[in-house]
Order: sequence, then structure tokens, then C-alpha cells
Amino acid sequence: MLPLVGGRRLNLVRFSFLLLRGALLSFLAVIMTKLAQWLWGLAILGSTWAALTTGALGLELPLSCQEVLWPLPAYLLVSAGCYALGTVGYRVATFHDCEDAARELQSQIQEARADLARRGLRF
Amino acid sequence: MASLEVSGSPPRSRRELEVRSTLQDKYSVLLPTYNERENLPLIVWLLVKSFSESGINYEIIIIDDGSPDGTRDVAEQLEKIYGSDRILLRPREKKLGLGTAYIHGMKHATGNYIIIMDADLSHHPKFIPEFIRKQKEGNFDIVSGTRYKGNGGVYGWDLKRKIISDGVLPCCPGWSLLGSNDPPISASWDCSRGANFLTQILLRPGASDLTGSFRLYRKEVLEKLIEKCVSKGYVFQMEMIVRARQLNYTIGEVPISFVDRVYGESKLGGNEIVSFLRGLLTLFATT
Repeated sequence: MLPLVGGRRLNLVRFSFLLLRGALLSFLAVIMTKLAQWLWGLAILGSTWAALTTGALGLELPLSCQEVLWPLPAYLLVSAGCYALGTVGYRVATFHDCEDAARELQSQIQEARADLARRGLRF
Repeated sequence: MASLEVSGSPPRSRRELEVRSTLQDKYSVLLPTYNERENLPLIVWLLVKSFSESGINYEIIIIDDGSPDGTRDVAEQLEKIYGSDRILLRPREKKLGLGTAYIHGMKHATGNYIIIMDADLSHHPKFIPEFIRKQKEGNFDIVSGTRYKGNGGVYGWDLKRKIISDGVLPCCPGWSLLGSNDPPISASWDCSRGANFLTQILLRPGASDLTGSFRLYRKEVLEKLIEKCVSKGYVFQMEMIVRARQLNYTIGEVPISFVDRVYGESKLGGNEIVSFLRGLLTLFATT
């Protein structure tokens, strides 16, 4: 239960609620730019992380959780990098080489040249 | 009974309905050219073949921007061969950019759909009937060719170019961003996997191939999009899709093979990478 009287805890909860609602509303609005969406996303994640690690919410997290939580942004950054490299690598490896298409085009070019010359085109 | 059948009898099947609507539709192909003397007759021949084999009503509008190599002369010969109802020449005095070429071409287009493609044979007209089928299937506003899905792909790219990509290029030949006249160089950097990934992450455009320029549009949709777009060069192709998403237009995709015929030449265009990134970030911050 939240305390009824104003205090650090209530303000923080209310603040994050407002922040979240604002972010959601803005996401719904089409006018928000991609940049703004990214900034909002990062701000929400960042403030949640900061609130949890500094204990501003007053939650007593078990020590093991805190140990994981503290370096979490670094882990996320590294895994995002791995994901990016992996995805690009996979897509490069599976990129179709359209050799048939190239061969087909070459033979059609010969055909087209002959037909156009027959119709009187001077190349 | 006979007269009933001739006038206004309802279509008997879905197939017949499809054939009817195809007969009413007309497709205008816009071909902006600059020094395409060699390729223009070939691409026109392939277009005519593709359209006539599938019984589609079409016209080809050639917008030549004062090429010094005699592209216009070849275009005039083609007009004589295929007829001025099929081949329309709408040249301009000098090079004025891709966006205005489309506006210029569209003024003269009589079709209700517009197809834009490169004239350098990297886009094969055999895919056009598939674009049209796709458009009818989902009643899409735009159908975009994609190198990144299904059987789509590229020919003539080495590993390095596939990863980050550099070199002489494909996407809008003859329409150099840098404004140099010849040879027509722009970057294939934007077409690469790395750049495509970055673009997908940052812009989430709802289409897998943003920088390709082989697309079919409803005429009024293309008009609206060109009016909205501000960027130049190949960023323009990206912006078209991004704006389309903003305006809630629907986009269908057809896998295409992209045959890059300038294989072997590889120049790292630092300027082009910079202008690609600048374009990408501009779209990121403003849309």
C-alpha cells in the first residue's frame, strides 16, 4: 500500500506513472518522430534502472538481484551488438546470388539486339 | 438472350472479374535516363515483351535529361518502332533530378498506375506482372520490389559489398547525389545488409527494401508522396516509403533479383557513406 501522505516514495511513484502515461500517449500520437520514440524508450528504461539500483523506490532487493541489476545496461549493450552482428552475418551468408537471373538476362539481351536490329534500330 | 450477354452481363467468376479490371487499368512506366544509349533499347524491348505476353495495357514514358551520348536519338527510333501511343518521349534540357523527373513524367501519364524502375537493366521487367498481381491481391497503394526477401537477391556483389558495400552503383544510375555528370556514380552502400539493418532498426519502415527503386504506385499516391518528399538522390527512395507509412498507405512486397552489371568496379565513396548517413539521420529525427 502506498502512504497517503506525500513523501519521497509517493512522488517517485507518481512521477514514474506520469512519465509512463506521457510516453504511451506520445507513442500513440503519430506525430512523434523516431528519434523521440527512441529517447522516450531509453528514458523509461534508464529511469527504471536508476530507480532500482539507487533504491529510490525503497524496495529491498535481494543482494543477488542487485548484483545482476547493476551491470545490466552493459550486458544489454553487448547483447544488442551481438544480435546486430549475428543478424547481418546471417543475412549476408543467406543473400541470394542470382546467377540464373544474370544468365537469363544475357541471353535475352542477345535476343533483343537481334530483334531490334531486324526492326531497323541503329544502335 | 444474345444482347443480354453482350451488354452488362455480370462477371461469371472471380477470374473474369480480375481480367476485366486488368483491362481497364493502364500502367505507365516512367524511365528517367541519363546516358543510357546502350541499355534503353534493351529495357524497352523487355518491357514490351513482358507487357504484351501478359496482355497488360501500358505506356512507357522516357524522360531523358539531355544525355550527351545520344540516348534521345535511340529513344526516337524506338518511338517509331513501337508507336507513339506506347513510347512517349518527354525529354528535358538538362539534368534536374529524380523527383522532378517523376513529376514531369506523371504530367503526361495516362495510366492509373505508375511503375518506376531503373533503365540500366538491373531491374527486370519480368517482375511487373507479379507486381500487378500482388497489387490486386491486397489492393495495395504501393508494391515495392525487394532484394531482401524470399527468392529476392543480387548478382554481382562481392562479400565486402554485401556487408557494408561500396562502389559503383545500382540504385539510381545516372543520378549521382554529388551532382557530377559522368560517369554516373552513386553508392550501393545503401543497398547493403549492414546499412539495411541500421535503416530497419532506426526507421522501422514496414518494408524490407527501402532504397530499391523498382516500385508500382497508384498514380494519386505517387503524386501525394512526391509532394511530401524533400530529399534528393537515393535518400529520396527511402523517404518515399517512410512518408507512405506516415500517410497510412499500404505496401506490398515482391521479391526481385537485382542484376548489377558493373561488377568488378569498386570504389569506396566516403562522401556517399556520409550523405547516406546524413539522409538516414535526417529521416530519423524528422519523421
